[in-house]
Amino acid sequence: MTALSIQKLEKSFGGLRVTRGLDLVVAPGERRLIIGPNGAGKTTLFNLVTGELRPDAGSVTLFDQELTRLPSRRRAHLGLSRTYQIITLFPKDTLLRNVTLSLLGLSHLRWNPLLRLDRQHALIAQAEAALSRVGLGHLAHRPLAETSYGERRRVEIAMALAQNPRVLLLDEPFAGLSVDERRDVKTLLFAIPRDVTIVMIEHDMDIALDFAERITVMHFGEVVVEGTRVEVVADPRTKEIYLGE
Amino acid sequence: MTATRIGLLVAAVVMVTVPLWVPGDYYISVCSQILIYAIFALSVDVLLGYAGLVSLGHAGLFGLASYTVAVCLGAGFGHVAAIAAAIGLTLAGTAVFAALSLRTTGIGFIMITLALGQIAWGLAYRWVSVTNGDNGLSVAHRPAPFGFQLDAPSHFYYATVVVFVLAVLATWIFVHSPFGASLKGTRDQPRRMNALGYHVWLIRFYACLFSGFLVAVAGILFVYYTEFVSPPTVSLTSSAEPVLMVISGGSGTLFGPIVGAILIEIVKNVASAYITRWNMMLGAIFVAIIMFMPEGLVPGTMQLVRQLLKARTKTVATVEPTSSGPVP
Repeated sequence: MTALSIQKLEKSFGGLRVTRGLDLVVAPGERRLIIGPNGAGKTTLFNLVTGELRPDAGSVTLFDQELTRLPSRRRAHLGLSRTYQIITLFPKDTLLRNVTLSLLGLSHLRWNPLLRLDRQHALIAQAEAALSRVGLGHLAHRPLAETSYGERRRVEIAMALAQNPRVLLLDEPFAGLSVDERRDVKTLLFAIPRDVTIVMIEHDMDIALDFAERITVMHFGEVVVEGTRVEVVADPRTKEIYLGE
Repeated sequence: MTATRIGLLVAAVVMVTVPLWVPGDYYISVCSQILIYAIFALSVDVLLGYAGLVSLGHAGLFGLASYTVAVCLGAGFGHVAAIAAAIGLTLAGTAVFAALSLRTTGIGFIMITLALGQIAWGLAYRWVSVTNGDNGLSVAHRPAPFGFQLDAPSHFYYATVVVFVLAVLATWIFVHSPFGASLKGTRDQPRRMNALGYHVWLIRFYACLFSGFLVAVAGILFVYYTEFVSPPTVSLTSSAEPVLMVISGGSGTLFGPIVGAILIEIVKNVASAYITRWNMMLGAIFVAIIMFMPEGLVPGTMQLVRQLLKARTKTVATVEPTSSGPVP
């Protein structure tokens, strides 16, 4: 069984082919890093996997369950969670409300127009636990607008983890963070249990290479190199893509 | 007791005692009208403030409820049947409006609701066999719930207060519920909400239905209040008015639409008796609100009070150490 399997995935925007017959197989519990220069199609790949974009051809399966035709919201219910390269949160709300909304998304409670949300103690306790897990428990009642960029990154991760995903897609989780914040987020990611499969896009090679077991190098919407850290670093095509040799 | 509770208590006392201190039946009727329009504005606020959807076709639904009551009563049905039919038909109409309008958001949603509202206006104007066209339809008498006659302005006012309080309470429960939180989420980050597992379209659709229910209640009260309904009730101006009430009072708040309704109805019905160019005055008020409190009167005033309190606390904190410090 594979955690995530992508086969012959195709996507074009007009005349521009951004994903070209892409194949990718990720094993359960694996930590996979996806790298490539800007415009390689990494975020587009995530958008195709989560259903935010519809592929022109090919298939996506999650633990052998076909996802290709499912809407984005259904994929979340099947255990697929993600973070965004550009932080996408609810700025008018507190950190606690942000994570509560994440939990509510998978709960039948979300349809209830009669109960008071602030009295759903079990749900709120779960949200507080998720925030504590990323070291933000003490800021639970602070409005998101009054938090730092690094804290918002951690809120994104807390929201994704709160949904107990089977596969977690992290889109540049270290982007824009200070050295200290990177260290904190790195510790956080290393602490995620093995029953969560992680696929991560990242440009910070020092951290990302430490984290990943296998690496996929993308260029112009294709997988160019794939293998272990040593194999990928040693491959001349990696150097060619990054250094233009 | 918190400031909110004190405010609510004062509002309740003012509302209940209106017939005792308001001079004459006309002004009591104006108060009823304010409450009816406040419910109408609340229905628009559910979409505008909590879902981020601006409807310019709500008068079509408001008129649908009013016309249904008038037609049913004219056909010999009782008040209960007429009211039930008005709610049922308005909800069905809202479902059609929502199914067509929610294909898009933003400007597209505004334009589709505007078009649907104009279709409703066209039907009211041209479907003479049902609506009596330009001449409109009259309602012979108001109902008498539990034997309580509503013919006197003060009696009708009290009935309106009861319905208004129930409508505000229902809206309060709705927006503070998990569903209300989901709705606000779809307003702020629809893409994110989808990825979190929410059915954004269906959430918006249900919100439209709740808004349709409130507008039906307002439309029913309106036709009993005026005992008459005609095409101007369904016009674009009637759709724009509650939108302006919501924007001037403060969208996404419960009290904003109520304050907006009070403001506009007082200018329309009271100030207009003394000022010939009251429309100009209303325009000037809107411009002033947009310039000085762009988020609306209620949130703007609250922000102002917070700033004043903060400034006062700062002053006290600066003065205290000097007064308690050692004398040189």
